[in-house]
Amino acid sequence: MYVAVKGGERAIDNAHQWLAEERRGDPSVPELTIPQIREQMRLAVNRVMAEGSLYDPDLAALAIKQARGDLIEAVFLIRAYRTTLPRLAASRPVDTGAMVIDRRISATFKDLPGGQVLGPTFDYTHRLLDFALMAEGGAPAPGAPTTGASPTAHVPHVTGFLNRDGLIEAASPDDTPPPDLTRQPMELPAGRALRLQALARADEGFVLSMAYSTQRGYGRTHAFVGELRIGRVAVEVDIPELGFAVGIGEIELTECETVNQFRGSKTEPPQFTRGYGLVPGQSERKAIAMSLVDRALRWQELGEDFTGAPAQDEEFVLMHCDNIQATGFLEHIKLPHYVDFQAELELVRKLRAEAQAMQEAAE
Amino acid sequence: MTDAPPLARKTWMAALAKASPVRLAALVPDLPVHTVLRQPEIGAVMVRGRVGATGAAFNLGEMTVTRASVRLVSGEVGHAWVQGRDKGHALRAAAVDALMQTDRASDLMSRVLQPLEAEAGAARAIRAAKAAGTKVDFFTMVRGEDE
Repeated sequence: MYVAVKGGERAIDNAHQWLAEERRGDPSVPELTIPQIREQMRLAVNRVMAEGSLYDPDLAALAIKQARGDLIEAVFLIRAYRTTLPRLAASRPVDTGAMVIDRRISATFKDLPGGQVLGPTFDYTHRLLDFALMAEGGAPAPGAPTTGASPTAHVPHVTGFLNRDGLIEAASPDDTPPPDLTRQPMELPAGRALRLQALARADEGFVLSMAYSTQRGYGRTHAFVGELRIGRVAVEVDIPELGFAVGIGEIELTECETVNQFRGSKTEPPQFTRGYGLVPGQSERKAIAMSLVDRALRWQELGEDFTGAPAQDEEFVLMHCDNIQATGFLEHIKLPHYVDFQAELELVRKLRAEAQAMQEAAE
Repeated sequence: MTDAPPLARKTWMAALAKASPVRLAALVPDLPVHTVLRQPEIGAVMVRGRVGATGAAFNLGEMTVTRASVRLVSGEVGHAWVQGRDKGHALRAAAVDALMQTDRASDLMSRVLQPLEAEAGAARAIRAAKAAGTKVDFFTMVRGEDE
């Protein structure tokens, strides 16, 4: 028997009202503004934009405020909003070679054109809590950073130098419109373009763990960070009514290219191979992780062995990397399943009764 | 309608798109009389990257964008596609794009576009100088094993 029940409306209203009050916290503490979150919680904003797959710092900051700092909930809000927007166009592929660099480092070449530019990094900090930041209003304003005399205008890609000698696999331009997992359901096997789209919006923690697993030996790829760069690129769109491409804005990106040891295979000569990571905003942990996972997933294309490692398993990685899909399915089990459970209960009672009857008969 | 060379128009449209809406509104407080051909519309543009920076295109993620089109009384049509969700910004950028096709172009160039370019250039230079300040100078230590 199925009995439809209705109720809880008042409880839900009250819960949401209380949620709003809890979100605000102690009213004697000034309320956070969206610009404060956007400017001072910028890396959280970046993460919400990357995983929400929508570049809009104000909206990401709003989502963080609304979600009380729960970043996955904030990503959920952005994803939901994203679906309400008409897709006006696709951009020309951004030119990361023309990126205006804030940071650019290479772990493979010490002296390289453009130099090692550290940028505003946490690296080399001591990871000691800075109590000066806690002194309300009393913290001295940070001194202006020392500037350098000779900014580098052109910063070429590291893989470009290796490419000249044929020591690394080439990446030749191809403007075939790529598949889009927001338009067609993902089908496996996915090509590299679809994998990169999925990884770019994937949960940072998941991608980090997958990448770490390859470093610990589950699908090892012998990766060096050939180059990591963070900076701004122009986004250009072909405007149909004009017949030419116009810059519509600028976005911050983090790009990582790994250079991987490769002994050659049945199909490929010995040369370095590449893994690629590109993430909206300043997010180098994610970009490095993405490039390691990208490389691990390329085993088939490069004629390597499948060792059964999770990071080599396209289905495993792509079907579990999206935190909104994951949290949606995970959290739905907390919602009422009274009827399902009633059926389970009936079944267990019936089985127990049968087992008991059999035991009694045997005795 | 005077046809502007696409390269110049491309440059000013990009400058208008990148301008801060507040700054653009300060530089162009009053819009010329115009008909709105396309009401400002907020949407998304799918930003693409290339595999390995130079290879096949892939979809990186979307960004918000607002577009609008206007026509001046004198007939010039202006278009704008600007990052973000500011409808006023899109409308104002479209109006300036239209005006740039009229004889007011040189006036707007010196009053609006050159200041915008100069400010954007100055902001870029400050950031580039800070980046240059974090450039590593390597020096080799004497290691001593040859002694």
